Amino acid sequence: MENQKNNVLLKLFTSTLYLSTFTFGGGYVIVTLLKDRFVDHYHWIDEEEMLDLVAIAQSSPGAIAVNGAIVVGYKLAGIPGVLISVLGAVIPPMVILSLVSMCYTAFSTNPFIAAMLSGMRAGVGAVIASVVWDMGRNVVKTKDWVNIAVMLISFCASYFGGVNVVFIILAVALFGMIRSIIAGKSAGTTDAFSSEKRSEKEGSHS
Amino acid sequence: MIYLKLFLSFLQIGAFSFGGGYAAMPLIQEQVITLNHWLTMDTFTDLVTIAEMTPGPIAVNAATFVGTQVAGPLGALSATAGCILPSCVFVTLLAWVYTRYRNLALLQNTLASLRPAVVAMIAKAGLTILISAFFLNGTFSLALSNVSIRMVCYFIIAVVLLRKAKWNPILVMVLCGVFEVGYYILTIL
Repeated sequence: MENQKNNVLLKLFTSTLYLSTFTFGGGYVIVTLLKDRFVDHYHWIDEEEMLDLVAIAQSSPGAIAVNGAIVVGYKLAGIPGVLISVLGAVIPPMVILSLVSMCYTAFSTNPFIAAMLSGMRAGVGAVIASVVWDMGRNVVKTKDWVNIAVMLISFCASYFGGVNVVFIILAVALFGMIRSIIAGKSAGTTDAFSSEKRSEKEGSHS
Repeated sequence: MIYLKLFLSFLQIGAFSFGGGYAAMPLIQEQVITLNHWLTMDTFTDLVTIAEMTPGPIAVNAATFVGTQVAGPLGALSATAGCILPSCVFVTLLAWVYTRYRNLALLQNTLASLRPAVVAMIAKAGLTILISAFFLNGTFSLALSNVSIRMVCYFIIAVVLLRKAKWNPILVMVLCGVFEVGYYILTIL
């Protein structure tokens, strides 16, 4: 029994360490790979439950890769599992960025490196613009005027008004919670989110 | 005390970035540039570029980078601890609640309602990055002498490669960097 438990902890640590080292492309990719490993490979978590665990990871604040490691760790080994998998998920980026940070201080004054970084600023701006375009279009596509208004007002409050990001998030979360409670109470009305949620579930199945 | 300051700043970043990925970026920008002046806009943009090219979540990458720059390895540890603590508490509690009640509807609805605001915040952070890249003195002004036509060209090429040719983002960024190095070599010849 004790051996089996240690085995689970070891596998948790090596899995999160490995995935965190070699996965480019962010949290959503990591979550899929966690599912591959723990549902399809080890058969330690069943598919249906994994979908809900992933939903928890994605709905919580913080990095999705870290949250994904936490839910899997908790499910398999409780609090020790959480600590072990978080450690595995965090060590690789910490080591890599510590090295990068030291090199950055040493090299960023080199004119070639400086030119490289400065050109890449236009590239990263384009990457973010592309992400914003996709996300923004999805919001507009819902044709939910409240959502579109929330998007525009938050942008103006943040960009022109200089309102604190935390404050905007809290205000919109409160507003959304009240809105979904009201929508839940008036039974029979189609609420704005159900169709979106359904399509998300289908998306994660495929 | 700098370690406590780093810890508390990244605690807020960890606690309020909903939606993963770029959602943390506006919060990092606010804490690290606007409130604490730990990085300049240019260094912050470099950090976002580096985070994009290395594995690992942007918030954890930023915590290590900023922590190291500001206060060495211990700084990196305090910032990273702050950044992941909210996740550990919140996600564990939620996983515990879920194993008891198996109902996530209210939470998911609230999250869905946050999405438009998150998009807006990311747009704002992205726009600040673009302005610092496009305008030589770092602020928005339409005086032609202040606009870097080269950067605007890189941006347009990058957008076309990303949207139309579906290139990998890392490749697109490296290409922009290589163009600029080529330009630099031409100017010193």
